[in-house]
Amino acid sequence: MQNMRHYVLMAVLVVVVAALTYLGLNALGLMPVAAAAQASPIDWLFDLQVKLIAFFFALIMVPMFYSLVLFRRKKGDSTDGEHIEGHTGLEVTWTVMPLVIVIALGLIGADNLAKVRAPAAQVEEIKVVGFQWSWRFEYPQGFVSNTLYLPVNRQALLLMESADVLHSFWVPEFRVKQDLMPGRITEYRITPTLIGDYKVRCAEICGASHAYMESPIKVVSQEEYDTWVKEQTALAEAEAIAALANPDPKRGEKLYNESGCKACHSLDGSKGIGPSWLGLYGSQVALADGSSVLGDDAYITESIRNPNAKVHLGFPQNAMPNFSYLKDGQIADLIAFIKTLTK
Amino acid sequence: MKQASSGSFSRAMLFLLVGTALGTALGVLAHVLTSGEFQTAFLTDVPSWMLGFLLGTLGFFYGLIGYTGIVRGLVFQVLGTLGGAAFVTLIRALLGMELFNTGTFGFTEPAWVFGGLAGAIAFMAGVGALTDWWKYALGEPVHDHHPEEATLKDYFGVSLDHKVIGIQYTATSLLMLSVGGLFALIFRLELAQAGLDVISLNLYNTLMSLHGMVMIVSILLGIAGVINYLVPLLIGAKDMAFPRMNAFSYWISIPAAVLLLSSLGFGGFDTGWTGYPPLSTRAPLGMQMFYLGVWVAGWSSILGALNLIVTVLRMRARGMNAFRMPIFVWAAIATSIISLTATQMIGLAFQLAMFQRLLGMPFFDVAKGGNPILFQHLFWFYSHPVVYVFILPGLGVISELLPVFARKPLFGYRWIALSSIGIALVGFLVWAHHMFTSGMNEYLRVPFMYSTLLVAIPTGVKFFSWVATLWKGKIETPTPMLFILGGIVVFLLGGLSGPPNATVSTDLHLHDTYFIVGHFHDTMFGGYIFPFFAALYYWFPKATGKRLNETLGKWHFWLMTPSFLVLTLFMMRVGLLGMRRRIADYDPALNFDWWQFAMTISAYLIATAVLIFFYNVYKTLKSPQTETGNVWNSRSPEWQVASPMPAHNYDREFEVVGEPYDYGLAGSTYVKM
Repeated sequence: MQNMRHYVLMAVLVVVVAALTYLGLNALGLMPVAAAAQASPIDWLFDLQVKLIAFFFALIMVPMFYSLVLFRRKKGDSTDGEHIEGHTGLEVTWTVMPLVIVIALGLIGADNLAKVRAPAAQVEEIKVVGFQWSWRFEYPQGFVSNTLYLPVNRQALLLMESADVLHSFWVPEFRVKQDLMPGRITEYRITPTLIGDYKVRCAEICGASHAYMESPIKVVSQEEYDTWVKEQTALAEAEAIAALANPDPKRGEKLYNESGCKACHSLDGSKGIGPSWLGLYGSQVALADGSSVLGDDAYITESIRNPNAKVHLGFPQNAMPNFSYLKDGQIADLIAFIKTLTK
Repeated sequence: MKQASSGSFSRAMLFLLVGTALGTALGVLAHVLTSGEFQTAFLTDVPSWMLGFLLGTLGFFYGLIGYTGIVRGLVFQVLGTLGGAAFVTLIRALLGMELFNTGTFGFTEPAWVFGGLAGAIAFMAGVGALTDWWKYALGEPVHDHHPEEATLKDYFGVSLDHKVIGIQYTATSLLMLSVGGLFALIFRLELAQAGLDVISLNLYNTLMSLHGMVMIVSILLGIAGVINYLVPLLIGAKDMAFPRMNAFSYWISIPAAVLLLSSLGFGGFDTGWTGYPPLSTRAPLGMQMFYLGVWVAGWSSILGALNLIVTVLRMRARGMNAFRMPIFVWAAIATSIISLTATQMIGLAFQLAMFQRLLGMPFFDVAKGGNPILFQHLFWFYSHPVVYVFILPGLGVISELLPVFARKPLFGYRWIALSSIGIALVGFLVWAHHMFTSGMNEYLRVPFMYSTLLVAIPTGVKFFSWVATLWKGKIETPTPMLFILGGIVVFLLGGLSGPPNATVSTDLHLHDTYFIVGHFHDTMFGGYIFPFFAALYYWFPKATGKRLNETLGKWHFWLMTPSFLVLTLFMMRVGLLGMRRRIADYDPALNFDWWQFAMTISAYLIATAVLIFFYNVYKTLKSPQTETGNVWNSRSPEWQVASPMPAHNYDREFEVVGEPYDYGLAGSTYVKM
């Protein structure tokens, strides 16, 4: 009878503590705003997990603190507690009950993952390149951007690759995260649902400035997106034509900063992962095979298009990713920039 | 434990100061000579500090014990390193290769790495851990017996007594805990507000990376300490099965720790403790020292585990069948199974990465057909199970002490015992849950989700059984019990924050954020730090014959626990909202400043609590009061004899005649002395 009172009281307390824990956590607001369709199943499953956490937290903590309060040793009492060695029924119960929950959670989790990964029939395909320490977004229309523009309510399929080390594409408001590797394409499917400004933040440590590897994301309406794409395409074409006719070191410097060149090639003569660009133009470049070559337009163009054709002495083969996506005009801009880097 | 005479201690402090000043000055001088400029911001000249730290430490030990033991070992290590590096440089000279490189502190990278390995071996020779084997080889006699009472020098040199080795391990662990904690305090200061204010990006990355591995080594040493000291006492053995290998396992961890910390002086590294390529193939020379340090430390784990398993299998007292072993022994066995069989994998992963850098073998280089994901598989095949290495002994301590302070039998002894083995075995099947976002085969993610969730079951059995042990007990709460209860609460938070990382889709959000950081700090503190402190408070009288001060112990507990809860719960909070792992600075637009500031304050409060503990140890050792009896009124065999434990443990073998935890059963005893 005495025991029954304990059990009923504890059961009530478990319910109360579990409910308060869950409601309290919910009131706090655990997740950032959800800005993608993929966030809904994830948030739903996370909420289920929070419910389970609240319940099991109460289920362990209530009897523990209940015992600590009620079964404290009284002053002067030197006897031992009741000799209870165990209870097989109870042990089986608290083995089987979690097992059932775990299997259910596994089924739910697998289904949930399928929802997050579900492909749409029509997708906006964009190439994403991560490099130390920024992001580059290459649109199929033939232009490159440092801001990722996405149309709202339309699934984007990001085909991602790293130019150097591992990175991870994470937008907290989209929930989903996916690593980038050199030499392999990884996929990231996302359907933005909320117009606004976000940031992609690199979530896999990638060297000194890992903390600052963030780029803006703009989720815009379909009309705005189409206009932007049209503008950028026209701009890129105009630039390419202008660059061929009239290479500009300013544009070249911008490319140097934004395409990832600067991660490996210094401008001050110091040795990086690749050779410095200082004084490169017009110099005799010593090659790994013992010969040398004049640092002219032809050599630089070849080294950008096909880095392994002539390897600089003292630097490994295969160190440089392929930059063949750069247009003739852009390479001309880069060469114009390199020409300005005299000792 | 005998006190150091105050004369040698003050001399040691003097030598510490002189050595530090000399080393730092030498470092600055070398810097001026090689670069031609005086490092004005000399606080950031880390290599000079490290040289100062090395010479200071040497000076301290020299002042304390003279040229013997660890001092001789460290001198040998320095000479061995330089000798090894010179040897490789000589070979390079014969081959016509580059001999010196200012970018890598004089010698070339291969020379330093080989030197590091040679230095570690030289340390072992210098300290005397190889002497007996050498004598065996020469056919000379060796002494099996250790002296009746260990003197100060015995603690700083090779001893074969498992109790001395246990204390050596524990003290080294506390030292490493302080070093790792200090690193955390430095970068926690940096994180107190947005912006990069205190240290450079590179130093931040190095300290953050080293914090992880230094703490891991500290934990491995700590559990080795507790296991070494306790298990022979609990099973009634005179010593471990292989005393020389036991000493070797301990001493190899010292050059390993030196190598690990030396990475700070060799340019640092920026990969986090995981050391993933390709980043690690581009990191400074410090990366290699980190890899090598961990590789050497692995020997300590593997050999220690082998020794423990043999000891338990072969040397138990009469009547002690498997289900009459103290529950801690079950935990020690479970943990040793993992250490013995998984440590090789991290050694292999790091060795392959070292070879890639040194010899150009492209194991993880995509351009040449390698695969960076392979490294992650090898790495996590050890590094996930190893978290169970950390927590199983801690959970064993909880199970061991709860019956003593609840005055009741351990509820469901067999279930708890087998749950340890269950956790150890399931732990081998879950590693790829660290790689859900890595780009590994997508379909692998679901089976790893299931196996990961399965860990909840044996862990749950422990929690429920602990609560049932408390039920209807007569509960006392002296300091060790407070740490046990704190450990249960904190470990519960760690355990419950686990399943959201196990289900793949939610993990896509949580992976590599501060949520994870909060989650595993809860598991490490609840599963290791709290029980470890409980064990220290509980067995301190056994080891020293003196009991730690209760008031200071309560201050320690009540300061550390709430601060720690604030720290980790806030970590989870900001992690969910977008705080990534391993960043030196965060976007001020995220509005994390207040939360981060509170976390920094909490970290410093935890440090204060640990300082109180150290003060308590110091004060207690100084005090003349002794406590030699069965302090906690325990049934366990080690408390049935005098404290400190006699040099050769039990003068007669005891016999097990009952169950270990039959508190409340009139007239029953566990052992017959």
